[in-house]
Amino acid sequence: MEGDVVQMGAYIGAGLACTGMGGAAVGVGHVVGNFLSGALRNPSAAGGQTATMFIGIAFSEALGIFSFLVALLLMFAV
Amino acid sequence: MATETHDTASACVDSFGGAIGMPQLCGEWFGNQIFWLLVTLVVIFFVLSRIALPRIASILAERQGSITNDLAAAEDLKAKAVEAEEAYNKALADARAEAQNIVAQAKADIQGELDEAIAKADAEIAAKSAESEKAIAEIRASALDSVKVVAKDTAKEVVSMMGGKADAKSVTAAVTARMKG
Amino acid sequence: MATESEKGTELVFHPMDQFIVKPLFGDGAVGLFTVTNVTLWMAITVLCIVALLVLGTSGRSVVPSRIQSIAELCYGFIRKMVEDVASKEALPYFPYIMTLFIFIVFSNFLGLLPGAFTTTSHIAVTAVMAMAVFLAVTILGFVKNGMGFLSLFWISAAPLPLRPILALIEVISYFVRPVSHSIRLAGNMMAGHAVIKVFAAFAPMILIGWIGILVTPLSIIAITAIYALEVLVAFIQAYVFTILTCVYLKDALHPHH
Repeated sequence: MEGDVVQMGAYIGAGLACTGMGGAAVGVGHVVGNFLSGALRNPSAAGGQTATMFIGIAFSEALGIFSFLVALLLMFAV
Repeated sequence: MATETHDTASACVDSFGGAIGMPQLCGEWFGNQIFWLLVTLVVIFFVLSRIALPRIASILAERQGSITNDLAAAEDLKAKAVEAEEAYNKALADARAEAQNIVAQAKADIQGELDEAIAKADAEIAAKSAESEKAIAEIRASALDSVKVVAKDTAKEVVSMMGGKADAKSVTAAVTARMKG
Repeated sequence: MATESEKGTELVFHPMDQFIVKPLFGDGAVGLFTVTNVTLWMAITVLCIVALLVLGTSGRSVVPSRIQSIAELCYGFIRKMVEDVASKEALPYFPYIMTLFIFIVFSNFLGLLPGAFTTTSHIAVTAVMAMAVFLAVTILGFVKNGMGFLSLFWISAAPLPLRPILALIEVISYFVRPVSHSIRLAGNMMAGHAVIKVFAAFAPMILIGWIGILVTPLSIIAITAIYALEVLVAFIQAYVFTILTCVYLKDALHPHH
């Protein structure tokens, strides 16, 4: 109860930053879901596009990783 | 991992050996990590580029080569099989044609013989029938003569029995005339 | 994965302690050439790579043994990726990409061993690799295409008024590449290991109170589940790092969209 407002703010900020990871989860799910619905419509073309899907996943996941990083920085580095 | 307390002169580790803040952001460890990372990567690169990758590439190439060779050999064998089949078919066709020839020849021979025999038989039959016709004609002629003689004789006898004196000449004439009518 | 607690039996979280760099011999400070646990685990990585790719293929058999077929699988997988994603002209750079991939994938998997130190969970390590890729690709792009490499940022397919804005976005995203490239790998590895450690800290709760009867099995199940996910992530992150390297390489070789 020292009233460490800065630390409290940092922890609250870290928690808020983690909501960004939910956005990344939605994005990744969207990428894979759309890939799957396309792949089921045209299974013969799906094999060649798996790499593209992973690139898409990587890009949308990167933003979630950024928010995770912000959370970690707030918790441990600030 | 070790749990003993450290008295390290580090700003990133507390006196209990726990991390202060994020170990990933501890600046004094960066140099060490980067140094060993570079050493590791260089070692891996040389191991890969000098030994491992050429070896795997050669193994794969060898396998590819043997597969190609096997495929070529199979192709060869297949071509040979096709050739053999063709030869077999050709031989079969030849044999069949020859057989056909022989059969035709035999048929022709038999036909010829048959024709000859038939012709001979026909000729014989014709000769025999001509002969027999002649014989019949002879017999008929002789029969006619005999009838004339018998008729003359009978007529002479009848005339003489009737009491007349038969003139042979007139009797014959009469019989001849009668027989013509 | 011992929770390093010196404060008695109360619940303590030290999820980040597993990432501490320690000298292997003695307790001195970590200098540039100190032999640390980083050295140990990188050496183990090298030994595993040698065992797989060199000793495993020493038979050179046309019909491969199990280890040899794994080595061939790795080779074919990365080679095909380079060829498909970065075009055939990128094949001379295949050994570099293979080096990165095989190092990352072995570090990730070795880091999953209990008590292991995960070298790829450190931003210093991944940042060096990402910066190396970034610098190499940029230099290669200018060497191969001259100033034509800048057409990567000038999207000629877009309408003219939009192009400067797009160029700005492209430049920013180009310079963010090494950041996201390195933090994606380090963040994924660190997050997974930290989460496992947090659940592991809940596991001894059965020694503390009755609530532990509920919590301990749950946390053990959670560790198992997260561990399975981490096995998947360990491979996928190595794959993603490699495929992004190929994508950047393709940009350097063929900057015209």
